[in-house]
Amino acid sequence: MYRILKKEALSNLVKSMVIMAPHVARAARPGQFVIIRINDTGERIPLTIADSDRKEGTVTIVFQEVGKSTMHLGTLNEGDEIATFAGPLGHPSEIDKYGRVICIGGGVGIAPIYPIAKALKEMGNYVITILGARNRALLFWEDKMKDVSDDLIICTDDGSYGRKGVVTEPLKEILDRGNDISRIWAVGPAIMMKYVSLVTEPHHIPTIVSLNPIMIDGTGMCGGCRVLIGDESRFVCVDGPEFDAHIVDWDNLLSRLQYYKKEERLAIEHWHKCRLDL
Amino acid sequence: MTELNQKDRLKIRRHEMPVQDAVIRRGNFDEVALGYPEDLARREAERCLQCKEPKCVEGCPVGVLIPQFIKALREGDIISSIQIMKVKNNLPAICGRVCPQERQCEGNCLLGKKGEPVAIGRLERFIGDYELAHRTCPIERAEKSGRRVAVVGSGPAGLTCAVDLARLGHSVTIFESLHSPGGVLTYGIPEFRLPKRVVQEEINYAIGCLGIEVFTDHIIGRTITLEDLLSGYDAVFLGTGAGLPQFMKIPGINLNGVMSANEFLTRVNLMKAYLFPEYDTPVRIGKKVAVIGAGNVAMDAARCSLRLQKIFGIEDGEVRIVYRRSKEEIPARREEVVHAEEEGIIFDFLTTPVEIIGDTSGSVTGMRCIRMMLGEPDSSGRRRPIPIEGSEFKMDLDTVIMALGTSPNPVVFFDAKGLERTRHGTVVADPETGRTRMSRVWAGGDIVTGAATVISAMGAGKKAASDIHKFLINNERWL
Repeated sequence: MYRILKKEALSNLVKSMVIMAPHVARAARPGQFVIIRINDTGERIPLTIADSDRKEGTVTIVFQEVGKSTMHLGTLNEGDEIATFAGPLGHPSEIDKYGRVICIGGGVGIAPIYPIAKALKEMGNYVITILGARNRALLFWEDKMKDVSDDLIICTDDGSYGRKGVVTEPLKEILDRGNDISRIWAVGPAIMMKYVSLVTEPHHIPTIVSLNPIMIDGTGMCGGCRVLIGDESRFVCVDGPEFDAHIVDWDNLLSRLQYYKKEERLAIEHWHKCRLDL
Repeated sequence: MTELNQKDRLKIRRHEMPVQDAVIRRGNFDEVALGYPEDLARREAERCLQCKEPKCVEGCPVGVLIPQFIKALREGDIISSIQIMKVKNNLPAICGRVCPQERQCEGNCLLGKKGEPVAIGRLERFIGDYELAHRTCPIERAEKSGRRVAVVGSGPAGLTCAVDLARLGHSVTIFESLHSPGGVLTYGIPEFRLPKRVVQEEINYAIGCLGIEVFTDHIIGRTITLEDLLSGYDAVFLGTGAGLPQFMKIPGINLNGVMSANEFLTRVNLMKAYLFPEYDTPVRIGKKVAVIGAGNVAMDAARCSLRLQKIFGIEDGEVRIVYRRSKEEIPARREEVVHAEEEGIIFDFLTTPVEIIGDTSGSVTGMRCIRMMLGEPDSSGRRRPIPIEGSEFKMDLDTVIMALGTSPNPVVFFDAKGLERTRHGTVVADPETGRTRMSRVWAGGDIVTGAATVISAMGAGKKAASDIHKFLINNERWL
């Protein structure tokens, strides 16, 4: 069992938790993820590692309450324990000195982009960060991101904070101004990553995305997370989670993400009903 | 009972094992085969001729003392029978249920030459279940050796190796990547064939008796590397199996509704998707399901599909096995094929898919297949299937499950320099000792052989344990 040491609401839908998990903290690196399971009847879900502290033996996860498991997780408190915390999984991000880089975080994807931006900054890169959210209430970690960015641009879909619009707009402007950007990372909803990829492709700038398909074991055993990269079927859990955005088959990923929507709704209904019965 | 002579014994017919009725069991995940009651077990035991040179033992990968345990059983001394069993096999309740006896012990039984062999597997299961219920035979450990061994993976190979080493007095730590130990016994083999209660009780009992430490949620290669283990332990055994599923290289493999048998069985067995939404993990099953392949995993997937259709209230469901060879070549355990047929699984022999077809939303609607004929035997000794030109046809489907075998999961090899592997991704290890080409590292089970059986993995775990023991007590230097 793994204890929740700290819980914080980052926005009305996004929460962060610091979990005691020395075995994961010891090896965790930017870009990797964990598989968590709340209790014995729980499902295994992947969550990107937002931060880790080797000395304290802790790992920070950030999640948006979208499904039954994340809603359930959101009801747990400091001192509570969860049943499974396995990892770190996946290949770490390739951090190097590239020059000028752009880090894009959309929605809950702001959390996983943070350790990547931080590591890139520490390597001496010039880091331009673009954060996007539906509205101001969903935005978080502005200060943390500011600390690790040379430029920080914030967009909201409704214009309630920062620029009005989506992340691809400032991205396009930067790229149109000149081609001194050597690498781009984007983490967020699949649809956002798809459009980032479409914007950067004509500029031939290497663009790295962290994919978030449905996973079950997360250790390479089931292939449920497979995506088409070029013509090849690859497993996100062992071959990824980061891939070259320009050769991802986005429509296949988006369609596979929809496959269990009906069951996800049923699970939420069942969860609400169980809570009412208590 | 009076002592029978050989002639009397030959007259006794093999006893059928009670099973759950085929019509009823299609709608539940309860165990199919119910096991012999004591009287039937003792009567079946009377059939054994107590051969001087028992061929059955030669057929057993772990060398269970078969005539001896059967003799004790028929004399009514069940406790001795258990003790005899446990000399060679710590998991009889599991092996009795999942071994392909017709190709091992029973396949070698003298009685099988003219009639039906002694039901050794069913007797083994009886012994195992009796011990599970009564716990007469505590597992004892030798005096502490002071040596530490890390066992990676808690499936049949790792578990057997860990138990044998702990009995010999070594301090053993198991590292398991999933949240629950057992490997394929837990995530792969369904409840109706091997109840998880049996698996967990056997594991917990052995671990408890022997003080074995188990770390779940540890992925070797990621959480800890093999190099890390070597600095903390005197020896390492790799028993991580062959978990990486293979998909056919045909169009449409990434459509919704196509999955590996591993995904399907993991959802159903490990995550209990048949109890959704009481359990969080869902599983989708269609009305028309095709399982590609005909091994044990394929039979398990097909029979789980059928049960899910009933449980989810899908009427007029159809589940078929699509296999490129003929009935003669089916690699699955015979009993599973018989049970699958009884339950109404359709078998399409000499058929192979060439394309999976989907609709505009990306979901499976069918599969284009081609008929095959059998040619000359290939390297496996089985006749090679050859496509028949112009025989293509379409099958309407909404679920396709690929049960085509698995290869070792590559994660364990991250930062494992010096571990030599074959081009199939399996680890090179001495078949007699399990020694790999990397100092102080042994391996056994599917990680060495590729997907095989529970019992062959147990056999490999046993051989490695004995060699590791020798290495440790002799203070050997790795050459």
